[in-house]
Amino acid sequence: MLALDPLLLGDLDLGDVLVVLLKVVVVFVIGLVATMLMVWFERKTISGMQNRIGPNKAGPWGLLQTLADGTKLFFKEDLIPERSDRFVFKLAPYLSFVPAFLVWAVIPLGGDFTGDKQGIVTWFGRETRVQLADPQMGVLLLLALSSIAVYGIMLAGWASGSKYPLLGSVRASAQMVSYEAALGMSIGAVLLLAGTLSTSGIVDSQDGITNWHLVSTGVLPFVIFLIAATAELNRPPFDLVEAEQELVGGFNTEYSSIRFALFFLAEFMNTITMSAVIVTLFFGGPQPLTIDIGGLQWDGDLYLGPLNGTIWFFLKLLVFLYVYVWFRATLPRLRYDQLMNLGWKLLIPASLAWFMLLAAFKLGQDQGWNRVVVGAVGLTVIGVGVALLSAAIKVSARNREREGAMF
Amino acid sequence: MTVEFVVFVCAAAMVLLGAVGVIVRNHPVHAALSLVLTLFGVAVLFVAQEAHFLAAVQVIVYAGAIVVLFLFVIMLLGVDRSENLQIEPISVQRPLAAIVGAGTLAMILLAVVQARDAVRTDSGLGLDDATVTGDPDSNIRQIARDLFSNHVFAFELVSVLLVVAVVATVLLSRRPDKLGAVDSGTSGSSKVSGGVR
Repeated sequence: MLALDPLLLGDLDLGDVLVVLLKVVVVFVIGLVATMLMVWFERKTISGMQNRIGPNKAGPWGLLQTLADGTKLFFKEDLIPERSDRFVFKLAPYLSFVPAFLVWAVIPLGGDFTGDKQGIVTWFGRETRVQLADPQMGVLLLLALSSIAVYGIMLAGWASGSKYPLLGSVRASAQMVSYEAALGMSIGAVLLLAGTLSTSGIVDSQDGITNWHLVSTGVLPFVIFLIAATAELNRPPFDLVEAEQELVGGFNTEYSSIRFALFFLAEFMNTITMSAVIVTLFFGGPQPLTIDIGGLQWDGDLYLGPLNGTIWFFLKLLVFLYVYVWFRATLPRLRYDQLMNLGWKLLIPASLAWFMLLAAFKLGQDQGWNRVVVGAVGLTVIGVGVALLSAAIKVSARNREREGAMF
Repeated sequence: MTVEFVVFVCAAAMVLLGAVGVIVRNHPVHAALSLVLTLFGVAVLFVAQEAHFLAAVQVIVYAGAIVVLFLFVIMLLGVDRSENLQIEPISVQRPLAAIVGAGTLAMILLAVVQARDAVRTDSGLGLDDATVTGDPDSNIRQIARDLFSNHVFAFELVSVLLVVAVVATVLLSRRPDKLGAVDSGTSGSSKVSGGVR
């Protein structure tokens, strides 16, 4: 059993294969078009926030600007620096582009999660899910692919055979590897409550707003995930990878034409997929927002039939895409030591402590312990841990100052 | 010819190609990338055996963390240039390596031939059924139950070992002149020893 998709269970016939092929094409096209629109959306929103007009020449409202830029990049001369490692230099853009797209394949893009349907829809008389693949490793695939994406940036900087890109790539990989731990730990909190790794299973466990993992895990994992994901994406305020004042252009300084375009696409595709992962993990994915306050009741039905879930998913996605653009327009870039301190001394311990607290509550629930006692003991242990950690940090800071810090 | 056979051949080719690449590529970065190829091949083999969790962990830990660390060290230490195979620092090294290599190969082949009948084909200590029908997470559930009940002592020991390794690394990476001051107990020791502790 390779996947949880009911389509792929049992014997395959030609129709099943055609449905899968159709899904591949549709998901790929949606990804590419969304990336194109995301570039436009980001430029337009930022220009709005900075009181200028932004792209407005190509197509209506400048919508086709990205297409024009892409066409230009495609026909530009393909430069390879003389001191570069040719094979790795050519390989690196794909190592960053391919993982960005593969994550998109495990996101539930729609489906009917009401009742016991578990997101299964019927297309052409076949039961399937509105997602390209539903592997058993589910969310772990996201972590695996984001660790592959590190190679793209690292090798790009190294293979350029020049100092600034190398510095940029070393920074980037250190940053991405550091924040991956906090990222994984906050995903762990979600998995603890969902009880499954599969993305469709996680979405299925979030019916109703109180079951959204944003609420049920107590907001903190979401905050940590959002920060760690921003750092993982190398987006502002964590864009030290391409700090132009210090590094010219960062890891992609030596890249031009279509290879640069691939990095550019990967960056924006990653923003979209990461927002989609946030929506899937914490905001119920394609589950509708149901309202039930007093006399006011709404089951989130938009009267669009089968498209209902998809529209909800994209509405939620849009919120996070906007949040990322908003971050970029408003937040100043962190200093490198601030970045590392935030990651190692705050986010990782905080996510670990919260994970343990949730695990204690879960165990208490299974064993029938008193919730108040579990909470009190858990918070005391966390308090002791925080005191120890802050004491250790203080001592090390004092010693470093006395020895004369070198960095 | 089943699909499983095709997958096995492709993955095995990846593993072997990567393994040969690690040895014959004379550039350290290329050798490290060949290692990644091998690790991916092993991950594919894990998936073919329905060990989905192991496959994911293989990619996350080995390809995503360990080889990245290798590359990091290669790039930071500046040893990222091709080796010149003409220079031989230790003259007996190559004949010795050839003897050890041939010996190891012979031993492995002998062990395989001798123990071929001893390999159990019935279900042994491992998971009887990697994926129970109807429970998509049975794979990870079974591994967790095994690891945290039958092997919990070994698991804790490994974590202690890792902590010891981390502490030792931090201690070793401190500047040697300060450490020397602590050992000899000179006048500056009271100032510095606090730093080491």
